[in-house]
Amino acid sequence: MRALLALAALALVAAAPPARRLAVELPDAEGLLPERYGVSSDAVNNNCLACHSAAMITAQPRLTRMQWGETIAKMRTVYGAPIDPADEKAILDWLVAD
Amino acid sequence: MAPVATRGYTFPMLTRRTLIASALAAPAAAQVERSVDLGFADNPIRPTTRAFPQKAEMILQRSSPPLLETPISVFDAADFTPNDRFFVRWHYPFPTEIDPAKHRLRITGHVAKPLSLSLADLARLPRVTLAAVNQCAGNGRGLFNPRMAGAQWGNGAMGNALWEGVRLKDLLALTGVKAGAVAVRCGGLDAPLVDAAPDFEKSLPIDHALTDDVLIAWGMNGTALPLLNGFPLRLVVPGWYSTYWVKMLDHINVLDKADEGYWMARAYLQPANALADITPGAPAGPRVPVSIMRPRAIVTNIADGAKLPPRGFTPVQGVAFGGDHGVKTVELSADGGRSWVPAQLGPDHGRYSFRRFRGALVLAPGKHLIMARATNAAGVTQPLTQNWNPSGYNRAGVDPVRVEIG
Repeated sequence: MRALLALAALALVAAAPPARRLAVELPDAEGLLPERYGVSSDAVNNNCLACHSAAMITAQPRLTRMQWGETIAKMRTVYGAPIDPADEKAILDWLVAD
Repeated sequence: MAPVATRGYTFPMLTRRTLIASALAAPAAAQVERSVDLGFADNPIRPTTRAFPQKAEMILQRSSPPLLETPISVFDAADFTPNDRFFVRWHYPFPTEIDPAKHRLRITGHVAKPLSLSLADLARLPRVTLAAVNQCAGNGRGLFNPRMAGAQWGNGAMGNALWEGVRLKDLLALTGVKAGAVAVRCGGLDAPLVDAAPDFEKSLPIDHALTDDVLIAWGMNGTALPLLNGFPLRLVVPGWYSTYWVKMLDHINVLDKADEGYWMARAYLQPANALADITPGAPAGPRVPVSIMRPRAIVTNIADGAKLPPRGFTPVQGVAFGGDHGVKTVELSADGGRSWVPAQLGPDHGRYSFRRFRGALVLAPGKHLIMARATNAAGVTQPLTQNWNPSGYNRAGVDPVRVEIG
């Protein structure tokens, strides 16, 4: 019954398209990735975080070096990420330093 | 590190990776509410946040571009998911300031008369209000075994809302679709940082675009869409995965040949069988775009791993949806699917909506596995075993809930 009433209320307020300007502010991103087990995070910070924040990386399950290599290849070929080939080894070293 | 809910998973919390993931939330520490365990076999802990505009507490998967997940408990409270708890998923950056008076929707391509319409123009078409579930094709990806790369959603990349707007087919009648049209390609205001990256555009077959239920919506649960959910306009494609529900919609291009763009021809593809199911490691075989959602039932009142006091009947409730057909039944089992008891269904808001269910199981002291399965009006039943595919799409099987009584 309560749900039905709620539905009726919604139907009543169902309205014209919005007319007022909407402006929002997004929070800061997660920041830089830290060094781990002595492996520098410079390469991963420099190459990966322009297009997505750090949590995209840290949220992943444990992936193999080959799987991470495939991900880097996708970022480069599909999304045009300007990942420096000279940095690839250092990026992979950090990603699997776990 | 923020305190972690203890739910019997001790080892994942101790990994270096998990510690880093939690530490990363530090810059927004003022807004971090708590940590949640999404139940993944590895790396399951996420912080929640209230830092995003027009959003209350959400599970933070990624801040930029935002991936925000709805806690399952939200679905336990109401048939419609509140706008400020509705999940968020962006591929690319998007404007954070929009004047709807200046927004235009352009319709071009294989049409008699290209149009550029304001919201006021759209509002002159017949209005439609429709309840529908919006679910990410990758909802539940983090629960697959073996795991795969991608957004690591639990089951909260979904929501149910009352969408209000006009029919796409009425718009297409205004512009006049020419003979030979095969698809309708839709895009929004989001744009990649790198020019070489493909614009996010999705296509519907023309026959689908001309059905009654595909909407261009500005309203969500009685108010304007939140910016993060596509203000001022988004496509609503009931029964289909949310990848098609293009946000901040600003152009529609009628095509006279198949869409060969990246987002239709190479991304969001699944194995070409009903369950999108292959054996892990096997060749993917032919693939097709994700489309119609499978029936699912999700238990919302008992967290996985919960300890509950013994009682005569243990209440089990949740939400179900049937994909492109309504929910016919939801059944519960506590013996691995050997026997089932029907759950009672809540109010029916239409074939595309969540349908809440409530039932009870007799559970003796000890450990149990609770299963809920949905069957839709077309007779499609949720399988007990989980499907699997390399991209983690179209999760279709029952997600059992572990519970200990006593």
